[in-house]
Amino acid sequence: MLDFILGHYAYWFILTLLLLGLYGMLMKKNLVKKLIGMIIFQTSIILFYVASASKWNATVPVYDPSIGIDQASQYINPLPHTLMLTAIVVGVATIGVALALLISIYRQYHTLEEPVLLERMK
Amino acid sequence: MIEQNLPVLIPVSFLFAALLIPLIGNWKQSSTYPLVFGAVGFAFFLSIYGLSRVLTDGAIHYQLGGWIPPIGIEYVLDPLSSFMVVVITGVALLVLVHSKSVVELELPEKLIPYYSIAMLFLAGLCGMVVTGDLFNLYVFLEISSLSGYALIAVGEKRSSVAAFRYLLLGTIGASFYLLGLGFLYIVTGSLNLADLAKILPHIYLEPTVIVGFVLMVGGVSIKMALFPLHGWLPDAYTLAPSASSALIAPIGTKVAAYVMIRIVLFVFEPNYFRDTLHVADIITWVSAAGILFGSIMAMAQDELKRMLAYSSVAQIGYIGLGLGMANPLALTGAVLHVLNHAFMKACLFLVAGNLRTKVGHSTISEFDDSLRKTMPWTMAAFSIAALSMIGIPPTAGFFSKWYLILGGIENSEWIFVAVILSSSLLNAVYFFRVLEKVYLRSKDTVDVHHAHNDHVKENQAVKRNEVGFSMLAPTIIFAIGIVLLGIFNAVLVNEVINLIIPAGI
Amino acid sequence: MNVAEVYSSSIPFYAVFVSLIAVPLILLSSRFPNLREFWTIAASFLKFALVFTLLPDALHDRVAECRILEITPGIDLALKTDAFGVFFALIASGLWIFTSFYSIGYVRGLNEQKQTRYFASFAICLSATMGIAFSANLITFIVFYEILTVATYPLVIHKETPVAISAGRKYLLYTLSAGVLLIAAAGWTYSLIGTLDFQPGGMFGESAISGEAMKGLFLLFLGGVGVKASIMPIHSWLPTAMAAPTPVSALLHAVAVVKSGVFGVFRVVGFVFGPDVMAAHGLDIILLILSGITIIMASLLAFNEDNLKRRLAYSTVGHLSYIVMGAALLSANSFTGGILHIATHATMKITLFFCAGAIYVNVHKENISDLDGVGKAMPWTMGAFTVGAIGLAGIPPVDGFISKWYLGAGALESGEIIALMILVISGLLNAGYLFPIVHRAFFRSSKNFDGHGEAHPFMVVPLIVTAMASLLFGLAPNLFFQFYDLAVKISQSVIGGVH
Repeated sequence: MLDFILGHYAYWFILTLLLLGLYGMLMKKNLVKKLIGMIIFQTSIILFYVASASKWNATVPVYDPSIGIDQASQYINPLPHTLMLTAIVVGVATIGVALALLISIYRQYHTLEEPVLLERMK
Repeated sequence: MIEQNLPVLIPVSFLFAALLIPLIGNWKQSSTYPLVFGAVGFAFFLSIYGLSRVLTDGAIHYQLGGWIPPIGIEYVLDPLSSFMVVVITGVALLVLVHSKSVVELELPEKLIPYYSIAMLFLAGLCGMVVTGDLFNLYVFLEISSLSGYALIAVGEKRSSVAAFRYLLLGTIGASFYLLGLGFLYIVTGSLNLADLAKILPHIYLEPTVIVGFVLMVGGVSIKMALFPLHGWLPDAYTLAPSASSALIAPIGTKVAAYVMIRIVLFVFEPNYFRDTLHVADIITWVSAAGILFGSIMAMAQDELKRMLAYSSVAQIGYIGLGLGMANPLALTGAVLHVLNHAFMKACLFLVAGNLRTKVGHSTISEFDDSLRKTMPWTMAAFSIAALSMIGIPPTAGFFSKWYLILGGIENSEWIFVAVILSSSLLNAVYFFRVLEKVYLRSKDTVDVHHAHNDHVKENQAVKRNEVGFSMLAPTIIFAIGIVLLGIFNAVLVNEVINLIIPAGI
Repeated sequence: MNVAEVYSSSIPFYAVFVSLIAVPLILLSSRFPNLREFWTIAASFLKFALVFTLLPDALHDRVAECRILEITPGIDLALKTDAFGVFFALIASGLWIFTSFYSIGYVRGLNEQKQTRYFASFAICLSATMGIAFSANLITFIVFYEILTVATYPLVIHKETPVAISAGRKYLLYTLSAGVLLIAAAGWTYSLIGTLDFQPGGMFGESAISGEAMKGLFLLFLGGVGVKASIMPIHSWLPTAMAAPTPVSALLHAVAVVKSGVFGVFRVVGFVFGPDVMAAHGLDIILLILSGITIIMASLLAFNEDNLKRRLAYSTVGHLSYIVMGAALLSANSFTGGILHIATHATMKITLFFCAGAIYVNVHKENISDLDGVGKAMPWTMGAFTVGAIGLAGIPPVDGFISKWYLGAGALESGEIIALMILVISGLLNAGYLFPIVHRAFFRSSKNFDGHGEAHPFMVVPLIVTAMASLLFGLAPNLFFQFYDLAVKISQSVIGGVH
């Protein structure tokens, strides 16, 4: 049992991040904190993919003349890394849009606290 | 030559337009419209051509960069995706033609960025539909989502808040999808749709696969606004500018429904979600709840767009119900309803846009029967769309309900038949409320002018104040389309939809 | 058992759509009332003529079929002119001619608003009625049934008073709910036997379906057609719908809409389930009880109403259940009587409604207690009323007697003495609530009608014609249209069945 927990410590860490992010998004009242929660949430998923790519006793997926090409198992899986590059870019774009929205909200309502905002929206 | 590249040309033409519009538009503003209509028209023409080739010759595959799947990313036009692409581009074409006047009225200084983002939105939607790679689907999903948030946020004051809330929820949805995909990738090593379909049956019962499946379906449900994950929808549709809601409402959630159909029926086998996991039952129950919830909430609304937004929640429930019942008739109803509802909702939102343009508001309690005289064609289109939503034959809405009912009876799930039928009555309540306001004299004037004394001259006193041709034509075309889709639905079902339903059902 | 010879023809299609074509013409001529009315009259004559050409074939078992298009995979939107369809279509289209003239007199006499909407809606309603009459299968029936519901709504709320609007809401509530039940019933039937074509003698044939399922299915169908057929307790939309203008009440709520309902009941009893299946599962007993209760209760409730049209409405409710009872008794004579009653009641009731409308236009009186002495001022009108009243009570020589005779014979044939008693009692009750009106009109006097004469000829002539028709059909049921032969043929086809 302990073995199971310790053997998968990366995933437990990722799960904690995910739940933290969700908590932030749902429970915090400040819109920026919600956004930060969302970012943490997205990051945890990125970490998940990256963690899944790793292998014991393998090296980074950059061509190493001492290993050569035929022993592909000595390199860690590059595909999730490339996927996550895309996902990081998507995340950055999302943060950009979200921040633009927050600026717009602040300009119009001069607050970023949700309860106050809801009041001012009426 | 074009034929082989068709699958990729459709999203690419939108991408090109999205880039060209700011470039050329900032130099010469008047060139924006030709670019927009050119791009959408071209894409529509391509999708029709694609559909006709697919129906006769079979699916078209395109490999991005020449890399062979499952290593490379593949774009596929098969009956389902070509059908969806026709729906998306067709509806978008008419809505964008309509949007010209609306955008000029509501957002004149943001014209160029608006259309550029609209092109991105459509690129994202079309990309989601044609891609054969699940991660590529995520990328396009986020493209369309981000553009969607932007399209919504350009509206009135409160729309930024609605867009932000939508952003949070939408990102949760997309991220869950990504997480689920990650689980599947870990155990299969593939991201290609067709490839996964071959590998997964061997490992259906592994916990990883089950969790991956559930996460993917859950994430897509949020984007689809399946009850109870619909919370972002009412505010987003209501507070967005008229042109955006007309663009997003008919097709946005439908593409998410398409993704659900792909995952549930094509990546996994139908009996997986129906018999092995019983997820189908959950989907049917939440869809039924959504139908009732949406219809009841719609009855309580005073603002036309908000009423239509809740109505959309109910209509997505129909599609979910058809999917969950998982037999050929119910699926026929669900797929047909994607098309029917796209037309109906587009027509209704265009009417709302017309009203806002001419009367300045779309608050139902402030409608009166002057609308009947000032905007007769718009209200006629509204009446046809309303009759279709209620389910009066021979309009389109009746037939999607007919197939869904037959599907429910086939499964002996009478409760769902009752839900579908009673929702028709609920729809009648909230639509007739508007029709009464528009077509009948209000109570105050009736007491004052006794029925006997009104003369024909009254009709001539109020002048016609209908919207312009570019706004009216799409509205009328949608309305006529609703009737034609109803009358000729057998052709559609026999020629197209029967090819879409997978054999395993 | 005659097997019907089927041939292809587009006449049924034209019969249905000729008035639909008139609709845009009517809408376009709204500034020119005479031209607009011309379209209505022309369409009604044309429609009747087209239906009439189908009569000889229907009498000789030649059925015209018109497949319009495939409406869902496996089922066509199809029209078929069997004897029953031609029978109903003749009545509806024939009476539309008179109602059109009457309408012109009525709306112009009252200077009504929204006349264009009125005439256009009427045209659509008659198209829908023809479609219902000629439906070859349940889907076609449902399509036109729902169109009829929607097209009659503008007519019910025509006056746009709060009373009219709430009557319209109630009407929609009842009829749309009924439509929904009918759709469910059709869907269930399709999934059970894979076809929805009407078959004389029943569609179910030898298929073994459980008694519970049959009862459930029958109740769904009954809910679907029973609202328009005004079976109690789902009848209450009909008296409320009297808020509509009188020509609407006359044609639609005495002829087209409610007769579509009982037509539907007969189609369900004779052409969907069939007498054998009905008897085997006890479904006829359900129908018999409901119709019997309706007849008596409606007749009793009629006494309570002082408003003339509402009293006539309850009378209609009762008489519709005569027809339903005819279906429920499952015998040759009762079928003949019930089917005949569709025609005879139509002629009599439309006369009475026409009279009520003429009185309203002329002297603006709607309550019976205000009608003392109207007979002296409007002798022709009240004369026609008397003819109609006599017929509804079942007294010869007006045609009401003929259909009632066959209904009674059918009751005896089925051994249901209670049904016979109900018929007799209700005849007395009919006399009880109609004859006092006649008595008041002729044998009392008041100042209300001094200086008034008959209403405009456009209104008086139609009502005299329909009254004469009631009399003539009573003397010679086969006159002109061979209604009697048609009715016998229909009942034979249902009892004999197709095997």
